[in-house]
Amino acid sequence: MPTPQTPDDRDVPTVDAPADAPADAAGRVVLDARDISRVLTRISHEILERNKGPQDLVLLGIPTRGVGLARRIAARIAATEGVEVPVGALDVTFYRDDLRQQPTRGPQRTQVPPGGIDGRTVVLVDDVLFSGRTVRAALDAMNDLGRPEVVRLAVLVDRGHRQLPIRADHVGKNLPSARTERVMVRLEELDGRDEVRIAGPGEER
Amino acid sequence: MTEPAPRPVLVRGASLLGERTADLLLRDGVVAEVGERGSLAAGDARVVDADGLVALPGLVDLHTHLREPGREDAETVLTGSRAAAAGGFTAVLAMANTSPVTDTAEAAERVLDLGRAAGLVDVQPVGAVTHGLAGEELAELGLMARSRARVRVFSDDGRCVANARVMRRALEYVKAFGGVVSQHAQDPDLAGPASCCHEGELSGRLGLPGWPGVAEEVIVARDVMLARHAGSRVHVAHASTAGTVEVLRWARAQGIAVTAEVTPHHLLLTTDLLSGYDPTFKVNPPLRPDEDVEALRAALADGTIDAVATDHAPHARHDKEHAFVDAAFGMVGLETALPVVATTMVATGRMTWADVARTMSTTPAAIAGLAGHGAALVVGAPANLTLVDPTATRVVDRDASVSRSRNNPWHGRELTGAVRATVLRGRPTLLDGELVDPAVG
Amino acid sequence: MRRHLLSVDDVDADEIAALLATATEMHDVQRRQVKKLPALRGRTVINLFFEDSTRTRSSFEIAGKWLSADTVNITGKGSSASKGESLRDTVRTIAAMGVDALVIRHGASGSAQQVAQWVDASVVNAGDGTHEHPSQALLDAYTLQQRMGPLEGRHVVLVGDLTHSRVFRSNVKCLTKLGAEVTAVAPPTLMPSGVEAWSREAGFATSYDLDEVLPKADAVMMLRVQRERMAGGYFPSAREYTVGYGLTRDRLDVLGPDVPICHPGPMNRGLEIAADAADAAQSLVLDQVSAGVAVRMAILYHLLAGEDS
Repeated sequence: MPTPQTPDDRDVPTVDAPADAPADAAGRVVLDARDISRVLTRISHEILERNKGPQDLVLLGIPTRGVGLARRIAARIAATEGVEVPVGALDVTFYRDDLRQQPTRGPQRTQVPPGGIDGRTVVLVDDVLFSGRTVRAALDAMNDLGRPEVVRLAVLVDRGHRQLPIRADHVGKNLPSARTERVMVRLEELDGRDEVRIAGPGEER
Repeated sequence: MTEPAPRPVLVRGASLLGERTADLLLRDGVVAEVGERGSLAAGDARVVDADGLVALPGLVDLHTHLREPGREDAETVLTGSRAAAAGGFTAVLAMANTSPVTDTAEAAERVLDLGRAAGLVDVQPVGAVTHGLAGEELAELGLMARSRARVRVFSDDGRCVANARVMRRALEYVKAFGGVVSQHAQDPDLAGPASCCHEGELSGRLGLPGWPGVAEEVIVARDVMLARHAGSRVHVAHASTAGTVEVLRWARAQGIAVTAEVTPHHLLLTTDLLSGYDPTFKVNPPLRPDEDVEALRAALADGTIDAVATDHAPHARHDKEHAFVDAAFGMVGLETALPVVATTMVATGRMTWADVARTMSTTPAAIAGLAGHGAALVVGAPANLTLVDPTATRVVDRDASVSRSRNNPWHGRELTGAVRATVLRGRPTLLDGELVDPAVG
Repeated sequence: MRRHLLSVDDVDADEIAALLATATEMHDVQRRQVKKLPALRGRTVINLFFEDSTRTRSSFEIAGKWLSADTVNITGKGSSASKGESLRDTVRTIAAMGVDALVIRHGASGSAQQVAQWVDASVVNAGDGTHEHPSQALLDAYTLQQRMGPLEGRHVVLVGDLTHSRVFRSNVKCLTKLGAEVTAVAPPTLMPSGVEAWSREAGFATSYDLDEVLPKADAVMMLRVQRERMAGGYFPSAREYTVGYGLTRDRLDVLGPDVPICHPGPMNRGLEIAADAADAAQSLVLDQVSAGVAVRMAILYHLLAGEDS
């Protein structure tokens, strides 16, 4: 039996984009902790503004880092509105279109909040939007879990190079990048600090 | 059947039983002259350079399955004879479990005639003990004995003569013509038809039906007592356990007329080979653990076990390509018997070449009552001999076999000792390791 | 050639942990309204069952279907040997149809291992004779873990016809790999031959005395005892077996209410397990069946979802 891999980066949709396991200092910082905090606050406000309040909202983070981001957004909404928005996790492994291109990947947890997603406004939260394939898989996965009224997408970084007709509703930062560059998102709860880096293909990991 | 007188053969410089070097002139089917090395003139004889080779009396196999009639897709008397000649044998006893069974005089004569037609080795039929190997009524033992085939060895091999009354009567009856019953010792209540793995830790782990050593030992013990009671002779086919050796030792000390054979595979291969469920290693009785193998080697060396017999059991490929418990029992062995004995017993210093001659020729010929075989290589003796290169090593390749079947457990294994030539009544059947077709030779 | 699951020997502790983690996700899928994942779309799984087994076969079939694989069931009564066709020919013929996985159940020990040498497809052993039943052991471990947490250091007692049990052979390997302490209990006639040496090497205990072992059990796994074994002289009567080795009402009281009870099924109620025990709150029998699908989904997913190697 093969050992499944559990990569910590879920937005590596194309073969030419190497999986990220970066060394500390590779590339340059494009968002630091303060930037990330400001950006998430803005996104939180945008979500509320767009939804005209916190009612019927459900935040679904895409593992791994999308879940942490979703929690932070929920915390900001709670601080602003005094309402606990349900947060869940939506793993897309089983729905990826590149399963057969790589060794078997083990899934991560999917957790739908107790109220479910039927009729809700679901905001999918991910760290990096790249080809759009992860989001496509997430939409399929959600389809098997229920029928939301509205689905929106919030991402910390949009680095371009879309391969599918998908766009984000809420973007932390648009980050022009070369296809071969790597974008690495780190979050305090997983990586010990908050930052977003971009590194060239040849740079030390 | 009369054979045209073959061209004389001069065997130059062979080491007789590994003891002294001599020239042998073989003429008119007998050893015509024996002389110092280089002393005999070739004349019109074909000269066989035997420098460095050991000369043994032609090997005799007490236990061969030639499959004809019935399973000619696995082996025929002709293809089996080729394998025998290639293995250094000049006589083989063809077991009775063919289809139809060799349980009549006519069936025995047919096998005899097929052997003569092949002309590579003396094929001596073994007669069934019971009709159809069913273990119930005696086969026509006397008629087989009186037939042209002169059957003297009777066996239901493949099955045990399990019923003590039947076994007793058979032992008594064959006394009339100096016959012997060769028993496949397997108590069917202790080791049934599905039993296929030595019962022990491995069978427990693998979940294979166990074949306990005691299933053999209780029959051997019973049969030596029956032989004593009947005043007859019993032969134990393919002895496989230390317990059997103990019983044999005791029985001999009592003066009971018991003889026994061991197969080459039980001298070298062990039960752990079954761990991959490869039916190539499925044989009856099963491969045993090291302790049994060691006891068998010791018993062969000290004479408790009289003979090596191949239990050559060719099978068509598809009969081995079943799940392990469903696959056929048996492995080929004629072509590898001598190298296995050389490797396990001679190269290890446990036996001399004289011992090999005793256990693979002289004694088996005596047990089977084959007058023309097993004689020492002296003037006037039948010119049946085998030349062995004692130091040659080779890796067994099952596809190089002349047997029709490929169920070869030795494939890929390096063995010491190679048969270079075989001579049957003065005519070479194997020269320089190549078969000599009698039609041409 | 792809990899196989022929024996618990094929997976180490980490791989078992990964499989069971995936099974947890699969178990969630099983509770959803839409019980379907696209992960094995376009893959073909053949359930080749030479032996009757409604439970295992349907479990694998559902597992394959919920992963969107095309599943086909082929059942063959008796051995192919009796029909004149060799097992090799049978499985190569089926594999030649272009299958990705063969889930095989056969009455002969070692058959799955042999088949794996003959075909290019992944082979999953769904029970080979009295040898192994690895998916059963994995689902048993999963079920116990769900109830008890990690099995490390926990004492699991296996009771029954050990010599004829592939569930026993797979479970003893799986449980010891997960760090559990295992005691195997049976009358001497139903102990596998050579179990003394085997247990010493593999690190499990054996006992003939259930009542001595039971008070120390953290979990009990009862194994099926076939009544036909009496004919083989393995035990004198059903009544005597039950008195010696059955999980009776009295023994249930000794066990206490928190010790889980497993049985791979089908159960002989009244023989190896009393109805009171089979239906007790601590009985995991139905949890095992439910976990069976999730664990088999995990097995098929791990074998088939990734790239062809």
